[in-house]
Amino acid sequence: MNNRVLALTAVFTLGGATAFADEVRVYNWSDYIDESLLAKFEEETGIDLIYDVFDSNEVLETKMLAGGSGYDIVAPTGTFLQRQITAGAFQKLDKDKLPNLGNMWALIEDRTEQYDPDNAYSINYMWGTTGIGVNVGKVKELLGDDAPINSLDLVFNPDNMEKLAECGVHFLDAPAETIPMALKYIGEDPDSHDPDVIAKVEGVYAPVRPHIQKFHNSEYINALANGDICVAIGWSGDILQSRDRAVEAGNGVEIAFHAPTEGAQMWFDQMAIPVDAPNPDGAHAFLNFIMDAQNAAAASDYVYYANGNKASQEFLAEDVIGDPAIYPDEDTLNNLYTTTPYPAKVQRIVTRLWTKIKSGT
Amino acid sequence: MMRRFTLIAVPYLWLLLLFLVPFVIVLKISLSDTALSIPPYTPVLDWAEGIRAFFSQLDFENFVWLTQDDLYWKAYLSSFSIALVSTLLTLLIGYPIAYGMARAPEEWRPTLMMLIILPFWTSFLIRVYAWMGILSNEGFLNQFLLWLGLIDTPLTILNTNTAVYIGIVYTYLPFMILPIYAALDRLDGSLIEAAEDLGCSRLLAFWLVVIPLSRNGIVAGCFLVFIPALGEFVIPSLLGGSGTLMIGKVLWEEFFSNRDWPVASAVAVVLLLILVVPIVLFQRNQQKQAEAEQ
Repeated sequence: MNNRVLALTAVFTLGGATAFADEVRVYNWSDYIDESLLAKFEEETGIDLIYDVFDSNEVLETKMLAGGSGYDIVAPTGTFLQRQITAGAFQKLDKDKLPNLGNMWALIEDRTEQYDPDNAYSINYMWGTTGIGVNVGKVKELLGDDAPINSLDLVFNPDNMEKLAECGVHFLDAPAETIPMALKYIGEDPDSHDPDVIAKVEGVYAPVRPHIQKFHNSEYINALANGDICVAIGWSGDILQSRDRAVEAGNGVEIAFHAPTEGAQMWFDQMAIPVDAPNPDGAHAFLNFIMDAQNAAAASDYVYYANGNKASQEFLAEDVIGDPAIYPDEDTLNNLYTTTPYPAKVQRIVTRLWTKIKSGT
Repeated sequence: MMRRFTLIAVPYLWLLLLFLVPFVIVLKISLSDTALSIPPYTPVLDWAEGIRAFFSQLDFENFVWLTQDDLYWKAYLSSFSIALVSTLLTLLIGYPIAYGMARAPEEWRPTLMMLIILPFWTSFLIRVYAWMGILSNEGFLNQFLLWLGLIDTPLTILNTNTAVYIGIVYTYLPFMILPIYAALDRLDGSLIEAAEDLGCSRLLAFWLVVIPLSRNGIVAGCFLVFIPALGEFVIPSLLGGSGTLMIGKVLWEEFFSNRDWPVASAVAVVLLLILVVPIVLFQRNQQKQAEAEQ
């Protein structure tokens, strides 16, 4: 009897051990997936999925550079990915294990090659733009019906900001995007790495800084939807999610997203496998699952970001593929710019400048 | 003899493992240079190279750097003043509560004590998040004040230093109340009666007898609030505005935004050196108290 109990225990322990080995740990941006996809992946593959989230590239990068993060899949933005590849943080993809690679969109693959040559280390998960989210009603109430809601003038012209301060303005706390944006506003090259050019950004922010309530990367989604703030410089899909939350809440708040007419930054969130991933096979299975046309479409339909998956486009909802804020038309697409990572010395100047802009010190 | 040695050795071993060893590692990183690699600094601690090679590679560049940019001393100073003001506020609020508890009927005291400790059953992070809901423009506090008709437009409290003070006072209040309560609880009530018999008014008796006798509790409470408040990161980053300058945030920026572990470590080492003074004073106070009781 006792022996049978022992044998059973042994079987369960072994079973437990194999189940433990077959799990995939994914570290992705917050509010960035349709959670039913996670259950679907577990069902289809029998692999346990552990899903954690972050809300800044800096946090992810620190984990990558510290090593031993324990994650099998992470999702850095292109510029950060490039630096982490140089640091040796990722392993090359085994393309034989990724039959769905054929679904990917050549146009996007061309653009991501500047960060990851030959796309050897990563696949595109989502891409989007950085722009302006507005509470249409409140902004028009304060600035009149001809408020420049699709121009950077809305947030960099002190006259506008003085009035908007009353209802609250948030900016992203992401200098890699807010600094190029200010450079674009004054007609400089947004991708400039020249400290003298970058220094001009201080003059752009100084007069409007007193009217910016907060710099944060995720709070604006709820704050816009609740009506706590009326303008946010943020990521396209996040603002569109905020629009939907406001509609769900039925609080009469109408949110709109615009890529600034001056030009908007285009970014690419890539999925890659850390060099010390505990389960690279499971990681490849996850990447292949995400690249399935219908799964990629489901993900985009949920988060309102465009994906780099050509085959998914026929499955996308009409209000996603047909929305120029998500899938820009030809003209807007030509008006989008990309940036490259700052070298360490420039990075320090940028961070210091950003601290000075934020805190006045 | 042997027993006494073991008795002393245990706390020292504890200190060595949980304080000195991590500190030496941080100190070592603060003397290195940044690099784009895993981990992002060089040289990595390598005992095999020998002590001499190790010492020859040390440089104090990062500490010099801290003196060249006014950001750092301004952040230390601003943290210091925020911690000091919050400690005083906590004392002003905590003392009457502790006094009330100590004067409450015997049978109530366990319940009152329970009420003070109860919030600890919820995660600290969730409680700070709850304050965001209370203090925001559309939050409970503003809704309530608008409903009462006390204000016409919502007060901007969230994302300001006021919110940081509220957060710190709320979070650390029990650390102030408990030691003061412990001191007041032991206070012999007949001493106050004696003072009053000798002609003291109630207020004067409180000032001349109760306060001095609870001094140790006040000192302990103040240190328990001040020391963690100085390095506080979570409260200012969630409740504070972008203008709230605290050393915890500067450290975060160095570590995450600049990926500069060596400078971040140097900031941490200096913070620790600043904290050593109040920590030593606190130790002394505790020791004196222990001796007085013997």
